[in-house]
This record gives sequence, C-alpha cells and structure tokens, in this order.
Amino acid sequence: MNAAPPPPAIEVRDLRRVFRVRQGLFAPPREVVAVDGVSFRVPAGGVLGVVGESGCGKSTLARLILGLLEPTAGEVLVEGRRLATMDRRARARLIQPVFQDPFASLNPRRRVRDIVAMPLVAQGDVPREEIARRVAEMLERVGLSREQGERFPAQLSGGQRQRVAIARALVLRPRVVVCDEPTSALDVSVQAQILNLLAELRRDLGLTYLFISHNLAVVEHVATEVAVMYLGRIVERAEAEALFAAPRHPYTRALLASVLTPEPGLGVPDVGLGDALPDPANIPPGCRFHPRCPLAFARCPVEAPRPVPTATGIVECHLEDAAAAARPAAA
Amino acid sequence: MSALLEVAGLHVRFGEVAAVRGASLTVARGETHCLVGESGCGKSVTALAVMGLLARGARREAERLAFAGEDLRGLSDRAMSRLRGDRMAMIFQEPMTSLNPSYTVGSQMTEVLRRHRPGTTRARALDRAVELLGRVGITAPAMRLGQYPHQLSGGLRQRVMIAMALMCEPELLIADEPTTALDVTVQAQILRLLAGLQRDLGLAILLITHDLGIVARVAHRVSVMYAGEVVESAPTAALFAAPRHPYTRGLLACVPVPGKVRRDQPLGSIPGVVPRIPPGFAGCAFRDRCAHARPECAAAVPRRAAGPEHEFRCTLAPDWATRAEAALA
Ligand SMILES: Nc1ncnc2c1ncn2[C@@H]1O[C@H](COP(=O)(O)OP(=O)(O)OP(=O)(O)O)[C@@H](O)[C@H]1O
Ligand SMILES: Nc1ncnc2c1ncn2[C@@H]1O[C@H](COP(=O)(O)OP(=O)(O)OP(=O)(O)O)[C@@H](O)[C@H]1O
Ligand code: SF4
Ligand code: SF4
Ligand SMILES: [Mg+2]
Ligand SMILES: [Mg+2]
Repeated sequence: MNAAPPPPAIEVRDLRRVFRVRQGLFAPPREVVAVDGVSFRVPAGGVLGVVGESGCGKSTLARLILGLLEPTAGEVLVEGRRLATMDRRARARLIQPVFQDPFASLNPRRRVRDIVAMPLVAQGDVPREEIARRVAEMLERVGLSREQGERFPAQLSGGQRQRVAIARALVLRPRVVVCDEPTSALDVSVQAQILNLLAELRRDLGLTYLFISHNLAVVEHVATEVAVMYLGRIVERAEAEALFAAPRHPYTRALLASVLTPEPGLGVPDVGLGDALPDPANIPPGCRFHPRCPLAFARCPVEAPRPVPTATGIVECHLEDAAAAARPAAA
Repeated sequence: MSALLEVAGLHVRFGEVAAVRGASLTVARGETHCLVGESGCGKSVTALAVMGLLARGARREAERLAFAGEDLRGLSDRAMSRLRGDRMAMIFQEPMTSLNPSYTVGSQMTEVLRRHRPGTTRARALDRAVELLGRVGITAPAMRLGQYPHQLSGGLRQRVMIAMALMCEPELLIADEPTTALDVTVQAQILRLLAGLQRDLGLAILLITHDLGIVARVAHRVSVMYAGEVVESAPTAALFAAPRHPYTRGLLACVPVPGKVRRDQPLGSIPGVVPRIPPGFAGCAFRDRCAHARPECAAAVPRRAAGPEHEFRCTLAPDWATRAEAALA
C-alpha cells in the first residue's frame, strides 16, 4: 500500500485581503483590495518566485502566508495544516520570514547572538545549553564569526545583517521560509553572496521558499516556479523555465522586456505600456490590466478573464480563452 | 568630439573620510557617460563636486574641473549658481531634494526659467512647462501644473524632475540614479525618454547608476568607481567585451543574467565589503577583496592602457586575463 502523497509545503486557497483606508475625517473610507482571490500550491523543496510592480500585493501575500495578517477570505495551509488554527509557537517552527531591510527587523539593543536565539527562547522549553549550541552552529552556517555574534546590528554591514536575519529565521529549523525582497537593499556583490547562501541552505536543509523580488533576473536564478502578480491577482503562473522562455500574459511579456541585461548594443526596449499606472484603490473593471495592455480588445474592459490552465500553471487573459477554443480538444 | 565636462584628479574629503580620490572623467556633447559602482564608492559626491553643491565642511581639490572650457574652480558662488539649472542641470538621487513639497509643479518649473531668463513672462514660462511635461510623456500636462509633488506617483515625479531640469535647455545633464526607485517597466520608459531627448537636443549626460544592465543599454562610455577612484574607463562595448580590472570582472560575474547563468550554479561573488578609506591611504583599495592581490599592490598603482580610450588602474599587465584564460584551456 502506498502512503498518501505528502501535502504541499504551502497551499493558499482563494486568498483575499482588503484594507480600509481612511482618507480624512469626513471622507468615507476607501477599500484597497491588496490580494484578490489568489490560489496556488508550492511543493516541498520548491521555490515560488513572486514578481510584480510596487503595490501589486506581494508583501501582503507574504504576510498572509506568515500569519502576520488575517485574510479577509480564504485560507493558508502550511504542510497541510491550517495556519489559522495553529498556535504561535507551532507556527514559528514551521514557517519563518526574511525581510528586505534587515536593519529595521533587528533589535538594535541586542547582540547578534541574542537576536538569533530569540525564536528558541520564545519556544519556552529549550534548555540554555542547547540554545547556545544551536545559535553557534547557525551563525557558523551563515558565515558569521563567533566574534561577530558578540556585536550589535549597527556594527555590521548590510550583508552581514541579512546573514543575521537568515540565521534567526533558520534557527528553529522551519520547513518554509518567506523571503520578501531579501537582497533589494544590498549591493550586487553582496546580493550574490546572499543568494548563494540561500541556495546552499535550501539544498542542505530541504527548505521551501516563497521568494518575492521586483528583480526578474534574480527570480529567474532562484525560482523553480514563478507567479506574476498584477493588482492583487496572479495573472500568470508557470515553471520558471517555461515562463522565461515563453511568457504568455501580455503583462509578463512587458515585464520580461523591461529587464535590462548587461548586454551592450541592445538599447532600451519599448515595453509598449501606456502611462495609466495601476491604483489598487481603483481597480479597473473587466481585465484589470486593460488600460495598459497593448493587445486589449472589446471584451477586455467588460469581462474579467478566468484562469486558463497551461502545461505548467495558469494564465488569466481572454486571448488564452480564444487560443484554447481554437485548439483541438486534448485527448 | 569636444569634451564639455572635464574632470581630472578630483579629490573630496569629509574630515577623516576620503570620499573621492583622484577621479578623472570627461563627458562630450551628445554623449552618455555612465558612472557605475557600489554604494558609498563616491558617485554622488563626484557629481555634487562638479555642481558645486558639496555639503559644508567638504574639501574639494582638482587638477582640472572645467565646463565648456571654463575653469569651475575659481568661479564665485554667484557665477556657479548662474550656471546651475541653466547650462548644467542635475536630477538628484532623492527626488524630494529638488522638488519643494509646498509649491506646485507649475510654480517650481516656471521659477527655474524666470530666475535664469529674467525677461520671461509667466505665461511663456507656463507654456514651456506644459511643452516639456508633454515631452516627457505626461498626459494632461496642464492639470499636473497645479498639483503638489506628493500628489504624484514616483514615476510621474521622476518625469517632472527631468522636465524641470530641461527648462533652460541645459548642455549638460547629470542624472543621479534617476530610475532606481521605480518599477522596471517605468524605468525602461524613462531611460528611453532620456535617450530620445539626448538625440534630439544633443545633450551631454553623466548618468550615475549601480546597475550594470542600465550601463550596457544606455552608455557610450563607462567609468567604474571603487572606493573613490575610477578604476576602469572604456567605451561601453570594450568594457563589457574585455573588462580588465579585477573589480569590474567581479561585478559582472555577480549579476544574474537570464539564460546565461545556470540556476543550479552559484553566482560569482566578491568576498567582503567596500572598505572605508582614510586620507593618506596608499596602494590599491581593492586588495583585501582581490583574488590576484600581490605585495606590489600595496604601493602606488599604475594607470594602464588596455586599448583605444580604455584605461584601468591595476598592477596586472593589460593582457593578464587573456593569458590566464589561455593557461586554463
Ligand atoms: N496596512 C495597510 N493598510 C492599508 N493599505 C495597505 C496596508 N498594507 C498594504 N496596503 C496597500 O495594499 C497594496 C499592496 O501593498 P503591498 O505592500 O502588498 O505591495 P508590494 O507588492 O509588496 O509592493 P512593493 O513592491 O512596493 O513592496 C498597496 O496599495 C498598499 O498601499
Ligand atoms: N556630507 C557628507 N559627510 C560625510 N561623509 C559623506 C558625506 N557625503 C558622502 N559622504 C561619504 O562619502 C562616501 C561616498 O558617498 P557617495 O554618496 O558619493 O556614494 P555613492 O557612490 O553615491 O553611493 P550610493 O550608491 O549609495 O548612492 C561615503 O563613504 C559617504 O559616507
Ligand atoms: S484579457 Fe485583454 S486586456 Fe487583459 S491581458 Fe488579455 S488581452 Fe490584455
Ligand atoms: S592592483 Fe592588485 S589588488 Fe588591486 S585590483 Fe590589481 S591585482 Fe587586484
Ligand atoms: Mg513589498
Ligand atoms: Mg549616490
């Protein structure tokens, strides 16, 4: 008899989060739909890269998955267990964050070794000698010396601080790590050090990552699967190689066209998007991308496209409906 | 090509920090010269030194600092402020340094023009502002004139800054990280815009960035800065085809390039971080991170020619990399 297949490391179902933003004393509050009906699964050991423009809901999605924000609707499961019903300590053993600005997320008045020890201390039942042993082991693992463990965050460089944040995230040996722009504040030489470290840790510890970045070249390098967000929805999801080789959604194509690789002579491409920048408080009717889409047609402003399954994911665009209808039915 | 901006042997010091240490570069009319390097290597300070906008307490020295053949070193503050915003303009790294939050876009744009061209009527200045806002791709420009900077998105603000910098038809535009805070799609739009303006107006542009992708796509010429020095300078094609300085080579290896670096392979990386350099420091500032460092790297480092208009600062011979590769093959 076969054992049941392992549950996905991360599963989100119809996740939605609305913020009410007050605009002034008397104005009625506006609703900002930051995440709007998002569903996906990440298999254990996978890396789901999430890309999209500023304000499209990437960090909100990260915080929902970490349990730092309550969903307005929908649910999050980590290793098959519902996040909403789990207690804090159990959750901390399962899933941990690494954020963009390590300086803001590290307590400036604590020594590095105490910062890394915090999650263990918060568990409440780990003996002191074991805490000391595991912190020392973790610091070494992320490439920090014993001497650096005695310092305060302000005495470290940006890259070293990000190593501290990674050590703190991994000290409980979680299964899933949510990285929200983990290298965006770093220089490229340091970014490369951190990306290499994250790749090595994933391989050695069997971790699953949700990896958010606005840098598509970075995502291409680390992700096994990629989700493209636009105004709160995933408009395309596919295996990384397929997505970069053959992007299907018009927005994905524009994003890829905007990547300026260090290849001289190619010039700056015309990405073909209009000036109508997206506003999450004012989501256009029909396809939310239609005011900027170079391929929009009559149906786009009136009818919202549904996700159409593809070989390795989904695409949400009316052109895909038409393409699917034109294809002979699959056997 | 005649050089519009000439900088040679520029030094800037803030107390015990030597921020720029003998940097040299030239920008010709109609040319985009990119100054690239990691955080803290002295790019902004170099630009501010040219514009005469260094913070109080900074010490600036240069062997040559000239704009259109005129020596900037001896200019009075008044003469310098007459040049600034008129014949040479700058877009700052932080948009809110050049945009005043309490004035509308329209009043700030017209003020620049009327300060430098006293006879200009308000109506003519407004016409010019509308024309330029349209030119930088802003729809409904007349409506934008009445708005305040905080009412604009990052991308619009950046366009307003570019339009404002162009009000007096400058000959030189210094743009310090003009697209760093923007989304990639907006970044591409703004860089195309700058390239188009340069073609149409014959502008000389000194573009500061830490992004080698931008450099490859927009520069005619590149200077790589490290710890206050220009360590390599070359025409763009030559720099990317045959980088000579170990730092330039290291930087290029760090950049993930879709389709080039295999995902299961680690990226190239440079160990350590950019050091702080005290005044009086001797030798190559890269030596504690360089895989090729040798004892002579602690002494004065020569400037070597690697090809036409291609120079680098290193103790290694110009053909070291090709010889090293041949030895491996
Ligand atoms: N706590 C909050 N209250 C009100 N609105 C919020 C809140 N958090 C996020 N938002 C709004 O939700 C939208 C999505 O924000 P989010 O931070 O998730 O975007 P993002 O994709 O991470 O952007 P960036 O790339 O700039 O980090 C934005 O319009 C944002 O202003
Ligand atoms: N007003 C100042 N007082 C003292 N030190 C300064 C001042 N301005 C800059 N510096 C120092 O000069 C050095 C160069 O700074 P600069 O701003 O030119 O770097 P940069 O190359 O523009 O970096 P970034 O990419 O982060 O903008 C840094 O070490 C910085 O700390
Ligand atoms: S549905 Fe229409 S507007 Fe939306 S992406 Fe597809 S073609 Fe463009
Ligand atoms: S001078 Fe020496 S240390 Fe500096 S880059 Fe050249 S080989 Fe490396
Ligand atoms: Mg975010
Ligand atoms: Mg700067």
